[in-house]
Amino acid sequence: MAGRGAGGRAGGADLDSPAVGGPPDGSPSGAALRVRGLVKRYGARTAVDGLDLDVAAGSVTALLGPNGAGKTSTVECCLGLRRPDGGSVEVLGADVLRAAADPDHRAAVGAMLQDGGLPTSARPLRLLRHLARLHAHPRDVDALAERLGLPAFARTSVRRLSGGQRQRLALAAALVGRPRLLFLDEPTAGLDPAARLVVWDLVREAVAEGAGVLLTTHDLDEAERLAQHVVIVDGGRALATGAPGVLTARSTASLRFTAGPGLDLGPLRQALPEDVVVSEPAPGSYVVSGDVDPQVVAGVTSWCAQRGVMPDALSVGRPSLEEVFLDLTGRSLR
Amino acid sequence: MSRPGATATAVDGPSAAPLLARVAAQARWEAGTMLRNGEQVLLTLVLPALVLVGLARTEVVDLGLAAGERPVDVVAPGVLALAVLSTAFTGQAIATGFDRRSGVLRLLATTPLGRGGLLAGRVLGVLAVEVVQVVLLGAVAVAVGWRPDPVGLLPGALLVLVATAALTALALLLAGVLRPEAVLAVANLVWAALLVGGGLVVPAAALPGPWAALVHALPSGALGEGLRRASADGTLDVRALLVLLAWAAVAALAARRWFRWD
Repeated sequence: MAGRGAGGRAGGADLDSPAVGGPPDGSPSGAALRVRGLVKRYGARTAVDGLDLDVAAGSVTALLGPNGAGKTSTVECCLGLRRPDGGSVEVLGADVLRAAADPDHRAAVGAMLQDGGLPTSARPLRLLRHLARLHAHPRDVDALAERLGLPAFARTSVRRLSGGQRQRLALAAALVGRPRLLFLDEPTAGLDPAARLVVWDLVREAVAEGAGVLLTTHDLDEAERLAQHVVIVDGGRALATGAPGVLTARSTASLRFTAGPGLDLGPLRQALPEDVVVSEPAPGSYVVSGDVDPQVVAGVTSWCAQRGVMPDALSVGRPSLEEVFLDLTGRSLR
Repeated sequence: MSRPGATATAVDGPSAAPLLARVAAQARWEAGTMLRNGEQVLLTLVLPALVLVGLARTEVVDLGLAAGERPVDVVAPGVLALAVLSTAFTGQAIATGFDRRSGVLRLLATTPLGRGGLLAGRVLGVLAVEVVQVVLLGAVAVAVGWRPDPVGLLPGALLVLVATAALTALALLLAGVLRPEAVLAVANLVWAALLVGGGLVVPAAALPGPWAALVHALPSGALGEGLRRASADGTLDVRALLVLLAWAAVAALAARRWFRWD
């Protein structure tokens, strides 16, 4: 009974410690995926540079990083599509190259690749039925298709589907074999909010059934909602790992507001305590960080009042994952 | 939070369908895809049928007929050879070239099918389409007067089998090294060039001297001449078989060496 006990973990729990859920079959460590010191080079360029990564059964690990960070190379190495130049990759307890050569192992791994990989002339349901036939115990194709709203475009060839429709079909293709390890390379890119919720529900269901999920995403909201564990990567290296709540708690509280760009911040800095830092990281977007207490808030608002500036979207709190990401990589995700 | 309804269906761990079922499913998928694709049907059935009827009923092309030979005797086996070229080479090269670009080969490599199963399924799919072609085009040929030696069915089938291996391997080699647009251009050009001067429909004997000798060494010429011989007197053209075996071996080795999956 694969990983059944792992389904009840609350989101946001710290997973830095080894998985506490029931270990899945064939994997004594309880890890669906275990990557240590992964290196992948293309000629002189190093795409993945000593990356460590874990996906526990019944949980989601999000790989967050800007374009070119090495996310897709990592996924491809974990799928056996590329041969690693160094390090080890263990998929459901077996070395990745051995796993990729074994049909039953491949049956236990579902993949949604970024380039889709869907045959362009195929019709969605025919394709899904075909992929289901490759498995001994596939999901019910009609029910899965219904959940993802595929019947609405069942007669349209893949070539003519919208981006979101293709994403939904690719997810169905990844799920049809009831995988115990699921790779999702940007699963909700291009989806409308309703379709995104459906995708999240399906991922949560797969997790509740004991699947481990490695998710790459640009969408930090998605990572915060779905993942129990986040790995922030850039330049092929992990910059930070931990539960989303742990990552954001590392930073101190800050006060943020938006107003017209280019305000003279000098007087404000003088009005506030010395250890408080005032900055305008993007035009019109102001951040006051440090020991933000009620006095600091009052100082900011009275400074605004003196100048007739309306501090829009004024908020005080822990930074979001996106802000942590920006701090670590110096880059925006979008 | 663990819902009994959600976990009850997960009792059986995921496992692959048996090997034969996977390969059969892929062959069915490939054949179905080829027969649903309008351009492919044009290439594999409609154009060969037009060539068959056109050349068997008219005398616009000098077929170098021997005394007592009718055009259809030469053209019908040649058109079957052309049909094999269309499916095993041109169609496979184009489909594989575009599947490689759109990541289909990569995605299928991650499924229980795998690379070996994909290759086997493709070859079986090609053979299945060839059976459809032989039945339909053979019926048209018989309707316009073709009366092949029934004993020739066996040597004919053997030659088609080996030619399919050689041409599919050449298709993979082409699709595995060039961009899909280039594959499209080259594969169609080769098809047209071999139709005219490759010993398919126009027998090698009707081609100018040195060219005729060369044509016997091409897979198209070997298949065309071999099928003509089988349909005329039911015997196996051993030279043609050896030529096709040599092409199959070399092309398979080259494809193995240079084919790229992504």
